[in-house]
Amino acid sequence: MPAVSKGDGMRGLAVFISDIRNCKSKEAEIKRINKELANIRSKFKGDKALDGYSKKKYVCKLLFIFLLGHDIDFGHMEAVNLLSSNKYTEKQIGYLFISVLVNSNSELIRLINNAIKNDLASRNPTFMCLALHCIANVGSREMGEAFAADIPRILVAGDSMDSVKQSAALCLLRLYKASPDLVPMGEWTARVVHLLNDQHMGVVTAAVSLITCLCKKNPDDFKTCVSLAVSRLSRIVSSASTDLQDYTYYFVPAPWLSVKLLRLLQCYPPPEDAAVKGRLVECLETVLNKAQEPPKSKKVQHSNAKNAILFETISLIIHYDSEPNLLVRACNQLGQFLQHRETNLRYLALESMCTLASSEFSHEAVKTHIDTVINALKTERDVSVRQRAADLLYAMCDRSNAKQIVSEMLRYLETADYAIREEIVLKVAILAEKYAVDYSWYVDTILNLIRIAGDYVSEEVWYRVLQIVTNRDDVQGYAAKTVFEALQAPACHENMVKVGGYILGEFGNLIAGDPRSSPPVQFSLLHSKFHLCSVATRALLLSTYIKFINLFPETKATIQGVLRAGSQLRNADVELQQRAVEYLTLSSVASTDVLATVLEEMPPFPERESSILAKLKRKKGPGAGSALDDSRRDPSSHDINGGVEPTPSTVSTPSPSADLLGLRAAPPPAAPPAPSGAGNLLVDVFSDSPATQPGLGPSPEEAFLSPGPEDIGPPIPEADELLNKFVCRNNGVLFENQLLQIGVKSEFRQNLGRMYLFYGNKTSVQFQNFSPTVVHPGDLQTHILSAWPSPAPPGLPSWQPGNRSRSLFGPLT
Amino acid sequence: MIKFFLMVNKQGQTRLSKYYEHVEINKRTLLETEVIKSCLSRSSEQCSFIEYKDFKLIYRQYAALFIVVGVNDTENEMAIYEFIHNFVEVLDDYFSRVLRYSAV
Repeated sequence: MPAVSKGDGMRGLAVFISDIRNCKSKEAEIKRINKELANIRSKFKGDKALDGYSKKKYVCKLLFIFLLGHDIDFGHMEAVNLLSSNKYTEKQIGYLFISVLVNSNSELIRLINNAIKNDLASRNPTFMCLALHCIANVGSREMGEAFAADIPRILVAGDSMDSVKQSAALCLLRLYKASPDLVPMGEWTARVVHLLNDQHMGVVTAAVSLITCLCKKNPDDFKTCVSLAVSRLSRIVSSASTDLQDYTYYFVPAPWLSVKLLRLLQCYPPPEDAAVKGRLVECLETVLNKAQEPPKSKKVQHSNAKNAILFETISLIIHYDSEPNLLVRACNQLGQFLQHRETNLRYLALESMCTLASSEFSHEAVKTHIDTVINALKTERDVSVRQRAADLLYAMCDRSNAKQIVSEMLRYLETADYAIREEIVLKVAILAEKYAVDYSWYVDTILNLIRIAGDYVSEEVWYRVLQIVTNRDDVQGYAAKTVFEALQAPACHENMVKVGGYILGEFGNLIAGDPRSSPPVQFSLLHSKFHLCSVATRALLLSTYIKFINLFPETKATIQGVLRAGSQLRNADVELQQRAVEYLTLSSVASTDVLATVLEEMPPFPERESSILAKLKRKKGPGAGSALDDSRRDPSSHDINGGVEPTPSTVSTPSPSADLLGLRAAPPPAAPPAPSGAGNLLVDVFSDSPATQPGLGPSPEEAFLSPGPEDIGPPIPEADELLNKFVCRNNGVLFENQLLQIGVKSEFRQNLGRMYLFYGNKTSVQFQNFSPTVVHPGDLQTHILSAWPSPAPPGLPSWQPGNRSRSLFGPLT
Repeated sequence: MIKFFLMVNKQGQTRLSKYYEHVEINKRTLLETEVIKSCLSRSSEQCSFIEYKDFKLIYRQYAALFIVVGVNDTENEMAIYEFIHNFVEVLDDYFSRVLRYSAV
């Protein structure tokens, strides 16, 4: 298209621009602009009709002023008038103006759409192109509605010029992306695919972009494009450098088109037709071969373009994952790039290799490069490249090289950026767990993790190590010993204290024989860290102390002394105070048998999917690697003290006693000794929300305080027992039988209270004519301010099983 | 898909910005400052691809001018890298008497 040379076209404009450029200050510039705006305004309002040239000049000036950053609020009408002129330059300025200054005035939009319609129908290719560009640039819904049906027709019409076809394809693409529902699939889809065979490379490029986008939603409609794309690609790749004259970039034929074709092929599985497949494989091999040949030009652009095609080819090979020799060749090629001079290539090679590592054919080949990758991890100056190297090590890890990789990643962690530390910690934890043959190595690794990057070790990681240690008898002693030694370090991270406290509390007896780690020594070691820790850790340590009283009676007096101290019994934090009081009483009141039963060793945790994987997946976002499985979160929450929100555990089939409304938290104990009964309520009162999980596995505190873990699925308790608990609780199940469960939730503030009643249908049939009534005993009637009945009055049909409706009682004084 | 195309000079002023996905005006300035900051702080030995939030930035430096393209993960980075160069060459050819410095 001819350039608009402002030099010879509009002298007035050129003068104006040089005036602006010569302005010495911002104020002078604004003054000049305002002068011009006033001039233009008067000209537009004037009686004399302006001729096309002047209109064009002024509209152009307005556009320039807008681009400088000032707001323009007039001139749209004149611009729209320019659209209907027959001169190309005027039309172009008109379209330019309205594309840049989009106006939402509906009257104008109607006029604009009219003008565009005329231009589209005009059969003049330049005018049609202008109109199509305008639609594509603006892409508003109104335009889409007006033109979405016409553009496919133009696209596949036999007599459209190449430039028009190009513009039409891209315009359609834009409209489709903006409002996919407006573009109807029709018989034009088959014709669009045939555009891939067009002579003009520009048309092919535009068509490929369009098809790539469309086939994501409707892959079947465009299936035929695969064979056409393959033949086009092989023609380009094997063409001599003199063939595609206009489309050869530094001796590389049509690089962007090749990349687009390769990407289109990645939307489909490998072609079934043997001939097509053969051609494609040949083509891919040619690309790989060319990479080995000496370059035709010294310029960096040539090698960049060539490599762009090469990387896309490798992506395609990885996507197909079916040709072993191609995969191995790709891997070798990437291996060469790993040590290339250019950082860009090293980065891209590491990234591609990451996806290659998960393919079974090439996994072994990838592993051969482990030394190069480790070297990259240590010596690269660019943090993104180092991060890719770490990702690749994670992907290529398996049983044979796990130990080496984990130790390298730990070493990297010591100097890593803070932003990426958490991710690396999670990865190391996952690898250590997955490939641990010897669990003492696993324990060492996690403790090292805590030592190196304690702040970034999230809770899931150290919960996991505790679960594993609890479940495996053979490693308990080793864990206790290692943790004891780690705690002796002068500066010890708080997470280490947490882990150490828990492990010594459970398994401290295993190392108590050794005089260096005798019970009093253990206790004083833990207690020395006590005051440096946060509230959550201190709470955990208090639990450890009571466990010590059970395990090591000789420490009873010392520990009781600590518990009795004013700083514990009158501690400002409610959790600590409660624990101190309760544990003190427990230790003094309960006999040794009862104490032993209550403080029995933790049962093994049920095997569950790792919550660490879930956390890593969440961090990486939805694009996480396919090697990570979908996992459920670990429902047992160790931290009662307001830190972690309890998540509802997934109940696979609701049993009759399952709590539909999630209101019942702790199983009521069968024959509770007094302190542990209080302890049970302790759990409930301090739960975060009424929807605490009905634990499938016992959370440590519940099992700790209630006798034995067999109390998991509670039978439907008697009504009395249900009512009793409301002495201390506001929420809970009020009544339950085979048909119905009624729950209550209430909240009170000062002299006002509010109660919600929830009714749950436990049967598999529907309730009809369900109408709850609330009867208030005499006195209470006068105090109830308002009551709202359930939203299911009689006569309303079907009340679904498992449904709940509710009544709401307003403020009670 | 290309999300945005920016031309920024070394002082941090945006010379050209074209967004292919709707971004609010105030968010644009924020985006641009952050993008510029990450590009300016890189040395020549580091690679030209930066990961920023959920897209990738591919940048190329021409004297005092940075051209930054933000893409999502469906694009081939090397192809975009060369595309930037192609764009600059086209500008050079089209406005033949205009030097790169004028864009700054």
